[in-house]
Amino acid sequence: MSEAPQINSQSASPYSSNDAEVRAELSEIDASIRTSALFFTVSAIFWLLAGTVFALITAYKAHEPSFMGDSALSTFGRMRSAHLNAMALGWGNNIIFAVGLWIMARLCRSPIRHGGLLLIAGIFWNIGLTVGIVGIIMGDITSVEWLEIPHYATPLLALSYALIGVWGVMAFKFRKGEHVYVSQWYILAGLFWFPWLYIVAQIMIIWFPARGVVQSVTNWWFAHNVLGLWLTPMALATAYYLIPKVLGRPIYSYYLSVLGFWALAIFYNWAGVHHLIGGPIPVWLISAGIVASIMMVIPVIVVGLNHHMSVVGLHKEVWRSPTLRFVVFGAISYTLVSLIGSSMAVRSVNEITHFTHFTVGHAHHGVYAFFSMIMFGGVYYMMPRLLKREWPSAGLIKLHFWGSAIGISVMLFALHVIGWIQGVQMNDATIPFLEIVQNTIPWLKARTISGVFLTVAHIAFAVNFFWMLFAAGAVRAKQGPTLLDSAKEEGVA
Amino acid sequence: MKNLPLLFCGIFFALAFSFTGLILSSNIQLGSLTQTTEMQDENGNNMEGETLYPLTAPGLAQQGKQVYIEMGCIYCHTQQVRRAGFGADVERNWGPRASVARDYILQDRVLLGTMRTGPDLMHVGGRPLNKDWHHLHLYNPQITSPGSTMAPFAFLYETREIDGAPSANALKFPPNSEYSPEAGYEVVPTRRADALVEYMLSLKLDYSLPEAPIAE
Repeated sequence: MSEAPQINSQSASPYSSNDAEVRAELSEIDASIRTSALFFTVSAIFWLLAGTVFALITAYKAHEPSFMGDSALSTFGRMRSAHLNAMALGWGNNIIFAVGLWIMARLCRSPIRHGGLLLIAGIFWNIGLTVGIVGIIMGDITSVEWLEIPHYATPLLALSYALIGVWGVMAFKFRKGEHVYVSQWYILAGLFWFPWLYIVAQIMIIWFPARGVVQSVTNWWFAHNVLGLWLTPMALATAYYLIPKVLGRPIYSYYLSVLGFWALAIFYNWAGVHHLIGGPIPVWLISAGIVASIMMVIPVIVVGLNHHMSVVGLHKEVWRSPTLRFVVFGAISYTLVSLIGSSMAVRSVNEITHFTHFTVGHAHHGVYAFFSMIMFGGVYYMMPRLLKREWPSAGLIKLHFWGSAIGISVMLFALHVIGWIQGVQMNDATIPFLEIVQNTIPWLKARTISGVFLTVAHIAFAVNFFWMLFAAGAVRAKQGPTLLDSAKEEGVA
Repeated sequence: MKNLPLLFCGIFFALAFSFTGLILSSNIQLGSLTQTTEMQDENGNNMEGETLYPLTAPGLAQQGKQVYIEMGCIYCHTQQVRRAGFGADVERNWGPRASVARDYILQDRVLLGTMRTGPDLMHVGGRPLNKDWHHLHLYNPQITSPGSTMAPFAFLYETREIDGAPSANALKFPPNSEYSPEAGYEVVPTRRADALVEYMLSLKLDYSLPEAPIAE
């Protein structure tokens, strides 16, 4: 069986490089970060499963309100917030600390130092988050969107995060070689941006509340930037790393990647105010947010073009590689979700979509179809290199892919359609409110069904992962990487 | 990219730019807003002897707001009214005017919200819904709003045997309601339910501000 075509022998992928020295170097780096990367991946998968349970409860409650309705512990608001924080800070941050930092270490071409620091910070991060989510469920929820974790858990989160950020900058400082790859810019920037956003938001909203709606402006500056300046750069960094690695040819254009990075850095962080269109804040603030949201079309098109041109002609390889199947799904979603997001910032569109399920659908489009899919791809690439084993089951990978792909597609379709209907009907005062509520129910049921697909996908992922972790995949290493083509064509692959 | 100082500067200033532009400047513009009278004199001073708005919420309502926060009501209810002509907020009687920044200056936690699974509550205390209605609605929304997807908050109420005369604050179920307690029993609000209803009743946008007069 032939591997991906070796167009560029400079690539240091074990799959595409014959250079024993490069491989030995990477192997040494992988060994140095193995413990912490495994810890973060295991944590991420536990949070993914916990977040999935909270999601199912939330989705079901949306159309069966009395379900688990006998206790304050399981109100819709608390379950939804537990879901959001488990996914964003549990799954999202842990998987970034796993995959993102691993990529950083590899690109810095130097075995990591102070791996123990990273591990300790990671343990505290997860303790802080557990305390925070238990706090949410117990009723200490702040009811500030994306910042629901109660005040007694956040300092621990901020501190452990800061340690991880410092570690990332240190890894960068001790790098070897002159060239800094585009993934490193994104990761470095994300590591720097996130604590700034988080600490400012905590101070201005929770600890020393700013006056009135200044809190809301800060809230949406923060919350939108969690996506824009944290999850997005990390997912793009991962895609920029994996696409050339797996395909064995360099990224299409260096200049496009520079343009894409700086346009994102400059425009994205102004965009969050579009969550307050029509709200009680000065119009100039909203206009600034709208302009930035529209300008985001530039980095999105640029990055989309760059990724597309990098994989063009190699679609078969993309489809066969577990990593790229997920990454390319995510990259395509990035283009789509961002263009939809830009148009949602237009006042006449926002007048309809604001306050509806459309926005909920959009959030999942970004965080799941884009960010999470790319990170799944990252895990599929990283684990064999960390463990020197292969994924035990191609079938489970396929189940994961199709469960995720179908599940998220059904969810996005349902929420976008009903969100739009809901928005149009709410803007017509002659339609009674309860009638609109009734109209949403069948679509919310469809969302619950989509959640079942996603649950199956996540269980398949977790089973395959732990199966591999506990050595069952050792045999597979002798047969070569686990790929997804049919056995007929490729042998066991 | 080899010029690292430039990379760092770029990363720093990109966020510093929006932090200054959005956060600091909105704080400069809005951070010193104070209460005013409904109308001001030609110099922009408050009218002497008139009530200052927005009003400070009474203590029980403040506690009710805490219940609202703890229950996560914000995830289905907004507290902001968009101007007439942008959406149908005013036509739906969610408020007689758009809410503006000054309406929120006394709140330690601003609960604008982003989702209207249920209706906006900025002016719910100004709608023709009394305390009894609110209690029944919280106890089980199906009593007052059949088909609603709001969850029942029955755990904020206590069902107990009537001891002597029925309590004055017992819920007044409509006749033959399938949700009424068994004969000899009554449903009474806990203090938290009382506080939450008091909070609902305190939410009113029935006053003008100089920058946001209520159209006659």
